Amino acid sequence: MSNAAAEKIILGKTLAIDADGNLVNMADWNEEIAGELAKEEGIAELNGQHWQVINFMRKVYSETGDSSSIRKLTKESGVDTKTLYALFPKGPAKKAARIAGLPKPKGCI
Amino acid sequence: MKDLVILGAGTAGTMMLNKLYKLLDKNEWKITIVDNEKNHYYQPGFLFIPFGVYTKKDVVKPKKQFFPGEHEMIESEIFKVLPEFNKVHLNNGIILDYDILIIATGSRTAPEETEGLKDKLWYKDIFDFYTLEGALALAEKFKKWNGGKLVVNITEMPIKCPVAPLEFAFLADAFFEDKRIREKVQITYVTPLAEAFTKHKCSEVLGHFLDDKGIELEAEFNIARIDNENKKLISWDEREIDFDLLVTVPVNKGADYIEASGLGDELNFVPTDKHTLQSLQHKNIFVIGDASNIPASKAGSVAHFASEILTENILSYINAMPLAAKFDGHANCFIESGHGRAFLIDFNYDVEPLPGKFPLAHLGPFSLLKESRTNHIGKLMFKWTYWNLLLKGKELPVGSAMSLDGKILDNQQIKEQFITDTQQIQKLSGGI
Repeated sequence: MSNAAAEKIILGKTLAIDADGNLVNMADWNEEIAGELAKEEGIAELNGQHWQVINFMRKVYSETGDSSSIRKLTKESGVDTKTLYALFPKGPAKKAARIAGLPKPKGCI
Repeated sequence: MKDLVILGAGTAGTMMLNKLYKLLDKNEWKITIVDNEKNHYYQPGFLFIPFGVYTKKDVVKPKKQFFPGEHEMIESEIFKVLPEFNKVHLNNGIILDYDILIIATGSRTAPEETEGLKDKLWYKDIFDFYTLEGALALAEKFKKWNGGKLVVNITEMPIKCPVAPLEFAFLADAFFEDKRIREKVQITYVTPLAEAFTKHKCSEVLGHFLDDKGIELEAEFNIARIDNENKKLISWDEREIDFDLLVTVPVNKGADYIEASGLGDELNFVPTDKHTLQSLQHKNIFVIGDASNIPASKAGSVAHFASEILTENILSYINAMPLAAKFDGHANCFIESGHGRAFLIDFNYDVEPLPGKFPLAHLGPFSLLKESRTNHIGKLMFKWTYWNLLLKGKELPVGSAMSLDGKILDNQQIKEQFITDTQQIQKLSGGI
C-alpha cells in the first residue's frame, strides 16, 4: 500500500489518500464510496459492466497485491478493450483502480 | 558440479556472467549462458542513429568480446523452462539442467500487437527506433524528408527507457532547426500517460520544454489502430491524429518462452520480488533487467545497479543464507534535450528525481534535473563506459543504492576511479 499524502472527506468519512488520489486503506472502501469516486472520474452511475471490471480488479489485487494493467483487463476481465474505454474514458486501468479503492497500477514508470 | 544457467546475454546477463565468473568456485559451479544473437547491441545508442550522430558500428560489437576468459555462449532460441524439473529446453535440442537460473532475456518491441502498425506503411512512413533496423531505416528517411506532420508516440506502458521517446522529440526539434526546415515540421508527442514524463516531478520541472520547443502534447491517447489509408492514429475512444511520419514505440513484451513456461504476467514479464530479485514463484530462479516486472525503469542503469544486489543474493542463496541485499529501484538517466545539451535524473522506488549535483555532491560534474552541456557530454561518454567497464562488470563510480545524502559518494577509491575515468574519457572524446 502506498503512503498517505492527504485526507479527503467522502460521505462524511475522513479517508487517507495517496499522492495519486487513491485510497490508502482498502478497509475504507465500500460500494457507496466507489460511487462517489466514480462521480469524481466523470462517471455518473456505475452499471453492471463497471462492476464486472471493479470486482475483477479487486479479486486480482487480493491475489497478487497489484492493480491490473490495461492489458490484464483486456485479456482477463471478460470486457473487451473498446468497451473498457467507453466505461472508463481515457484510462480504464487507472480509473477503475481508483474507483475500486486500489493503488494506481504500476507500469507507469 | 552444480549448474548456474543465465538466459540472455544482453546488458544484464553479460554483467551477471562477469560478476559470478569471478566469484564462484570453478570446481564447484559451471556457468552456462544462452542467447540467440551473436552480437551485442548498445541500445541507448539507437536514439542517435536517425539523426546521423551514430552509425551501426557505434552500437554493435560481438558478444564474445565481453565474456570473461574464453567463456562460450550457447547460441539458440529458448524453447521452454520447466521449473518443476529445473530444466531449460532450447530450440536447438539441447536440454540444460540448472541448480540456479537467472532470467535476463529483456524485453522486445511487439509491433504486431497493434492493428495496422506493421502494415504497408511500416518502414515507409512508420518507424520505430528501438531496433537497429528501425533506427537505420529512419536515418535514411530523415535524409530525404522535407517536413510535414511528425508524430512521436508511445503505444503502451511499460516500455524500456521510458524517456527515450521524449528525447527523440527534443532531438528531432533540434535536428530540423539545424536543417533549417523546422517551420515545415509539426511535432506532436502522443502518450497514453497523463503527462509527458513518467515521473511527475520531471513534468513539473521540465514540462515547459515541450512548449518552449513548439512540441504539441496529446496525452491519455491509447492507440486502438492505425489507419494506413488516411495516415491516422485512432484511439480506443475514437480520437484521431493525422501523421505524415510516425515514429512509434510499439508495445514492449518479455520473451515468448516466458509465456510458454508459465512464468510471466500478461506482457511476459516475470513476477519478481522487487528487493531481492528472486522469482515470486520459484526460489532458485532469479530475474534481472527488463525481463522482470519490478516497478523500476526498464533501463541499463537499473540492471547495472541491480546486478550488484543480485550477485550478493546469489552468493547468499548458495550458502543457504537469507537474501539480505535489497534493491532500491535506483535508476539514473541522461535525457538528451537537443543542441548538445541534456538533463540528468536520479531516482528510486520511493524517491522522485531531485535537483542537485551528481555523482559528487556540489562538484558534479553533472547537474540533476537541469539542462547542461556537461550532461550531454556525459551521455556520449557513457558509450565508452558501457563498452569498457559496465558490461565487464567492473566497478563504476556510482553505487547501487541511491544516495539521498546530497548525493554524496564518500568512498575515496570510487571517487578517485571516477576522476581517472573522466580524464580518460575526456581524452577519448576530445572531438565532442
